[in-house]
Amino acid sequence: MRNPLSDTIVQIEPSGIRKFFDIVSEMKDAISLGVGEPDFDTPWHIREEGIYSLEKGRTFYTSNAGLKELKQEISRYLYRRFDVSYNPDSEIMVTVGGSEAIDIAMRAMLDPGDEVLIPQPSYVSYVPCARLAGGVPVIIELEEKDQFKLTAEKLREKITDRTKILVLPFPNNPTGAIMDREDLQAIAEIVLEKDLFVISDEIYSELTYSGTHVTIASLPEMRDRTVLINGFSKSYAMTGWRLGYAAAPHMILEQMLKIHQYAIMCAPTTSQYAAVSALRDGDKDVEYMRESYNQRRRFVLNAFQEMGLDCFEPLGAFYTFPSIKRFGITSDEFANRFLREEKVAVVPGTAFGACGEGFLRVSYAYSLKDLKEALGRMARFVGRLDQEKQG
Amino acid sequence: MREKILAVIEKNSRIDIHDLAVLLGESEAAVANEIAEMEKEHVICGYHTLINWDNTSEEKVTALIEVKVTPQRGMGFDKIAERIYQYSEVNAVYLMSGAFDFTVFIEGRTMREVAQFVSEKLSPLDSVLSTATHFVLKKYKDHGTILVQESSDERMLITP
Repeated sequence: MRNPLSDTIVQIEPSGIRKFFDIVSEMKDAISLGVGEPDFDTPWHIREEGIYSLEKGRTFYTSNAGLKELKQEISRYLYRRFDVSYNPDSEIMVTVGGSEAIDIAMRAMLDPGDEVLIPQPSYVSYVPCARLAGGVPVIIELEEKDQFKLTAEKLREKITDRTKILVLPFPNNPTGAIMDREDLQAIAEIVLEKDLFVISDEIYSELTYSGTHVTIASLPEMRDRTVLINGFSKSYAMTGWRLGYAAAPHMILEQMLKIHQYAIMCAPTTSQYAAVSALRDGDKDVEYMRESYNQRRRFVLNAFQEMGLDCFEPLGAFYTFPSIKRFGITSDEFANRFLREEKVAVVPGTAFGACGEGFLRVSYAYSLKDLKEALGRMARFVGRLDQEKQG
Repeated sequence: MREKILAVIEKNSRIDIHDLAVLLGESEAAVANEIAEMEKEHVICGYHTLINWDNTSEEKVTALIEVKVTPQRGMGFDKIAERIYQYSEVNAVYLMSGAFDFTVFIEGRTMREVAQFVSEKLSPLDSVLSTATHFVLKKYKDHGTILVQESSDERMLITP
């Protein structure tokens, strides 16, 4: 029999998180600081809209780009929150989560050999999506000393004649880093100078704790070069609804839509109706969740400080990225031992790129009670590591 | 800071000052001060416990009574309200807009006890014109807390 598999696919590594997930799932009574999704239920008025849409028998396809009503709400929302304007009829499409948008944006823009700059540590899908699209991922390693921001110097270093796209993953999973207006301005200058395009993954845009998120698309001349990706999963606690969107100049969006049309047809109809309610009436829910996350963020950082764990202050998303370098063990070892000895799951930083070595991703999308329990165990574990080191 | 303190302790009055200060990013002293101020100003009127009596062996009935009254000259509703809220059986008294004047929540051990209160104490009051007593059959949600459902974390332990 011939080999039924594609070389390209076989060479793509399964996600590092997946490997660790398999270990964790063997531990029946483990608790976790390892999730990448909100602990809140989707607000009721949003769920109710989903239920109504089912009751009314709205179980059909929508148009490929999504419900007109929803695209209009997205357009209004982007303008009202981030000061960017997109035509709902030609520059916005609804996708199956932000994940699909990342995939089709790469596929719509890359030719074989084109280089994609990917800052790491970052979400696990950029590298494989770039490869699947025939692109060549080029990693930019971000550092704690820069608060894990992308700096102009780091960007310049990696640009070649083949560079076409820069992925901008802020607010960042796993570090919690954000890029403010000045940071983005420095990046935009280079993007314009070098004639690059940006895929800006802003899925955590509602979760920032030092002022409103700024999208690079709102900077002068950047709108025409940016695919803005966002969605409902994090801001409205709607991960399981699988609903995201992309906003981009028509020329790019049109091609993305072609892929979406053949591969997906349309995003789930029930989710789309629910999302209309999210954008119309969800502001206070977002505010409530943001405040809760912010309180827990302070709580976790304080706990780290008390147990003597170094951690830069994350200002976005719902993750902290503490350094474990002083214990002289790898992230994998730490995570594995912590899981076996204290039955708490955290994600090793290396799951988000090689430069995540020496760090852990600790999520605070948990109730205060759960955080207390898990962090208590963490303090005990860290104390033990310290003793071992001395002894 | 006030609103934030209140938002937290309204849901969890047992949180200790240290944790509360950390959550809000304030100093313990500042938070303790603010709470003391609010107690003095009767912004904070108590730290009660939300109990689902249905889950205990204790027999308890709750009733909501709609009360119509004639306000007394020069004293309005407040004086009558006082005659009602002074009874220890009475849990809450609200002045209402609309078809009746007061909502009175009362708790008793049995329906007879509640009935006796209404017929012997509440109805005979001079200004009370009429009452309508409604017994609570089941409490689903109280003080913003759903009493009837167990919540558990069903998320996968690790997700990207």
